[in-house]
Amino acid sequence: MSTWTPPSTVNLADIGFMDARSKLIDLAAFLDRVQRAGQEGDFRVQALQRAIKLLDASQPQRAREVLLSFSDPSTEPIAKATMQGAIGAFKP
Amino acid sequence: MNYIEPHGHMVSRTTDDYERMALAGCRAICEPAFWAGFDRASAAGFYDYFRQITDYEPKRAAKFGIQHYCWLCINPKEAEDTKLADEVIALIPEFLKRPGVLGIGEIGLNKNSRNELIIFEKHVQLAQDHQQLVLIHTPHLEDKLKGTRLIIDSLKNFPKIDPRRVIIDHVEEHTIDAVLDAGFWAGITLYPESKCTPHRAIDMLEQRQGERIWMNSACDWGISDPLAVPKTVQAMRQRGWSEAMMQKIVWENPRAFMGQSEKFVMP
Repeated sequence: MSTWTPPSTVNLADIGFMDARSKLIDLAAFLDRVQRAGQEGDFRVQALQRAIKLLDASQPQRAREVLLSFSDPSTEPIAKATMQGAIGAFKP
Repeated sequence: MNYIEPHGHMVSRTTDDYERMALAGCRAICEPAFWAGFDRASAAGFYDYFRQITDYEPKRAAKFGIQHYCWLCINPKEAEDTKLADEVIALIPEFLKRPGVLGIGEIGLNKNSRNELIIFEKHVQLAQDHQQLVLIHTPHLEDKLKGTRLIIDSLKNFPKIDPRRVIIDHVEEHTIDAVLDAGFWAGITLYPESKCTPHRAIDMLEQRQGERIWMNSACDWGISDPLAVPKTVQAMRQRGWSEAMMQKIVWENPRAFMGQSEKFVMP
């Protein structure tokens, strides 16, 4: 198999800034919307609020840390699956 | 660019999708057995499903010059019913002899329950007994981290299972290192909202230098994109990837993993 050759340097802000900007404004608008509706206490919104604080980290592990913050931290199998889907944020 | 779609649920897709994928360069599709969107009432439903993915889908793909391969199991969403699961597992050996069947998958966990884990281990035992490759589904969203850890721990109970013959799919930034560092292959799934975007996938590929990783669309009956792999190739091109490195990820890597089965024959 081919050995690894790193990609050539490109301007990542040129490629990704507008998309990231758009998603950030969408997130801000979502938080405004749920607050206006008095729904900011929803555990999923609370999980988002905690995750947002992780964006201030200094190391380039933000995506990993955000995903960890949404994750079920327990380690043992549950007794029985009572639903089939997932919600997106662990409900303590 | 020619590519392999290593994880697509084509029973849920239209013939138009086969045509679009062929036009985009797809030369092979691998179809893991999965949840149909509803719980099947009996093992007979799975028998017909296994007939469909081992016999009918290869013919449908061949009309567009695409090779079709598959994996067999009862998926973890239906594994809570262990009696049904045992009946389905008993059907599998007969189908393993068919051409195009690459192994056992996509097995794994969904809600990380005890019964899911029991049925997962029965599938791994089946793979071990029949020297089959293994394709593993990791749970969704908040359940993924725990499920990935349980799966890796469980596989340690099967010393005859070679990690190089196992792919753990749907990894994300918080699970990819544990999978690769334990010697397994890893799959990155390009799926709207619930899994990975093209740029996140490329970030992970760059961080791990493309080692033992494949990329797939997992296109199915949900909102998903059968062209997610070639669209990600386009994003790689934007990000300065060479043609050789793109080829490594979308062609050489899946070919190397699945080529461990003598049934997988690509030019």
